[in-house]
Amino acid sequence: MAITKQNLRALNGDEAVAYAVKQSDVDVVAAYPITPQTIIVERFSEYVHNGEVNTEFVCTESEHSALSMSLAASATGARVFTASASAGLALMHEILYVTSGCRAPVVMAIANRALSAPINIHCDHSDSMVERDAGWIQIYVENSQEAYDSTLQAFRIAEHSDLLLPTMVMLDAFFLSHTLESVNILADETVRKFVGTRKIPLIRGHGGKLVPFKLDPENPITMGPLDLHDYYFEHKRQQEEAMQRASGIIKEIHDEYARISGRKYGNGLIEPYRLEDAEIATVCLGSTAGTTKTVVDQLRSKGIKAGLLRLRTYRPYPVEDIINALENVKAIAVMDRSHSFGAQGGPVFHEIRHVLYDASIHPPVVNYIYGLGGRDMPQSLIHEIYKDLQKILETKRVEKPVQFIGVRE
Amino acid sequence: MTTEKKGWKEIPIAGVCWRPTTDYLTGDWRTFKPVRDKEKCNRCLMCHVFCPDGAITWNSETEDIGFNYDYCKGCGICKNECPQEAIEMVLE
Amino acid sequence: MASKWKFTIKDFAKKPETFMSGHRACAGCGPAIAYRQVLKAARGPIIATNATGCMEVVSTIYPYTAWGIPWIHTAFENVAANASGIETALKALKKKGQLKYDHVDVIAFAGDGGTYDIGIQALSGAAERGHDFLYVLYDNEAYMNTGIQRSGGTPHGAWTTTSPAGRVIPGKVEYKKPIADIMVAHDIPYVATASIAYWLDLVRKARRGLEAEGPAFLHALAPCPRGWRYDTSKTVEIARSAVETCVFPLWEAVDGEYALSAPSKVIALKPERKKPVKEYLKVQGRFRHLFTPEFEHVIDEIQQIIDKRWKRLLKRCGMT
Repeated sequence: MAITKQNLRALNGDEAVAYAVKQSDVDVVAAYPITPQTIIVERFSEYVHNGEVNTEFVCTESEHSALSMSLAASATGARVFTASASAGLALMHEILYVTSGCRAPVVMAIANRALSAPINIHCDHSDSMVERDAGWIQIYVENSQEAYDSTLQAFRIAEHSDLLLPTMVMLDAFFLSHTLESVNILADETVRKFVGTRKIPLIRGHGGKLVPFKLDPENPITMGPLDLHDYYFEHKRQQEEAMQRASGIIKEIHDEYARISGRKYGNGLIEPYRLEDAEIATVCLGSTAGTTKTVVDQLRSKGIKAGLLRLRTYRPYPVEDIINALENVKAIAVMDRSHSFGAQGGPVFHEIRHVLYDASIHPPVVNYIYGLGGRDMPQSLIHEIYKDLQKILETKRVEKPVQFIGVRE
Repeated sequence: MTTEKKGWKEIPIAGVCWRPTTDYLTGDWRTFKPVRDKEKCNRCLMCHVFCPDGAITWNSETEDIGFNYDYCKGCGICKNECPQEAIEMVLE
Repeated sequence: MASKWKFTIKDFAKKPETFMSGHRACAGCGPAIAYRQVLKAARGPIIATNATGCMEVVSTIYPYTAWGIPWIHTAFENVAANASGIETALKALKKKGQLKYDHVDVIAFAGDGGTYDIGIQALSGAAERGHDFLYVLYDNEAYMNTGIQRSGGTPHGAWTTTSPAGRVIPGKVEYKKPIADIMVAHDIPYVATASIAYWLDLVRKARRGLEAEGPAFLHALAPCPRGWRYDTSKTVEIARSAVETCVFPLWEAVDGEYALSAPSKVIALKPERKKPVKEYLKVQGRFRHLFTPEFEHVIDEIQQIIDKRWKRLLKRCGMT
């Protein structure tokens, strides 16, 4: 397959997501506005009201209802999309688990924003980090182009008959959601071919016969029953099994998309940057990776062997890929744009350390909590982190494993 | 009534149910059993309408009602509502 | 807008049970009767959704299901959102020519728990957006499934586990939220109250609700022997007494126009037929504590509120 013809447009992250949804033949969009996701729903409602899409668009009365509606619509056989952030995502919390338990392939965009209190509308990852246990596939994007690309891929990932797991695509509030970028848009026909129409897999219902896995009067099935202690565990085990399959499927779909678009993001799960011979490296998610790449280039030009590991797929956690990528790094700093109070470091830090525990090498791994509530992470601060890493490399000692960077004392 | 529990590889995903409740015989819950006097009964079907378990059925061929003791829980609503007082609750 | 649909008891009996036997509701369960009656009003294919609660639990204990129609349960407070999602998906699929049915009835079932309190936001939102579905509230006047805790639908003076009949406070202090009136105020095409004792009235109202184009709300009184503390055989009798004492009058509002239903209309026309509320209360254990010298004034309070709401209803129906 050759790289297809594409058009360059000036879009911010939210608009890029909305455009991807526009092209994906989505049946139902049920959403509730919340800064900084509002542009997604606003732009999409324009498409609907101008007759540019054949989608039923519902302005729900809350995010909880938005996801409930999306789940029920998905269970009825429709392709659905919704979006939220921060408090909205928190309000949906209960239904996130229900959606993955019901194996409904809902696709949701999250414009990562801090949680209250005090209320803050700016970027940090607390909102989606806290949902990492819910059984959704989580993909963090670095720029608006990737937001567009990943939204298209998300429909394929979620609806894959071996997966059937809801998928969330994360883009940083304001840095990505509201910042204009040049985005390459695929032709409608190309997207149509890539995303296709939703295919409903078969499932064994209560006659014992194989019927389509959707609410259909012709072949009634019961979804969302009461599990007692005798079956709940088995159902959860099934979800984990699907998660195990997800890495391979995400990579496949990423590669297929790379062939038609010419764009790759590492291997789809992780994006190593100049890591092959790196001695010091940072690990991060989202738009900060973009800034960090610039810093890495600057360090490299000075002969410092610096590198970066961007995690793109956060769930399922790409254990093997991370170990391979960080194999030869001698000092690692994990940058967390969220925090778990009282937990001795942020979530990404914990999981990186966890992954490396079983590896054959154990470089020092330190943590920097940064950027909470939209606090800017400029190159200067990232340079400081690399300087610290160099010191750790030289002295072979870690002064403080967990630090807050960018906060005024 | 209970079966050997299946493993996670055998059951359908998403908790979709695979047995109808008609496999589950709630009849053994009851203490009292409704018994109908066929003479007094005028087939008004009030008992059928008010049975919470659908345990009183109508046979349009025989034009008569039947008590499905596989499911009857012995609540006594049928006896209480029968306008002909044709039903008695008998200790089983 | 009156339905031309004719329905006899033989028609009722001949229709297959889509809510199958073998479900694990208590003996004498009022809501189970309501479900059987409502589902007989179906016109064609149905998709149902249920809020968490007694009926959801008893009908779908994995791997068993009592549902012969497609059915989904997700959470407690969102059944109206579920119904909205199903209805929207059907609309979307139909527009794209991917739906093989001309019309599918969407029914949302919920108890008073999932409606009055936690579920009212989703219900209000769905009503405002005008989705075409029937919402059936089976009112057993408490959070029965979790052990008889009070809800916004619990009547004044009733014992529940969170409004117990104590030495100082005799049962629930607050009054029953007029949920059906709230739904009429949403300006939806059809709202009705029904009692399982008046089965034909209930079934006809369910049918009218399904036929209404837009949101329809059916408030069905469904007594619970465990929570109301009475012998299992009395469920229907008590549901009848509620109407006869005007504790639960039967009416419908078509496009906001109130009209009394026959069982309550006869009382309006012949006020001597209105029975005192004491008759209704004395057969239920949950009001037993009111029949003491210390708390019998609460019975008067109950009679007063019943009378006040009855008068208000008569005025709305143009029958003062």
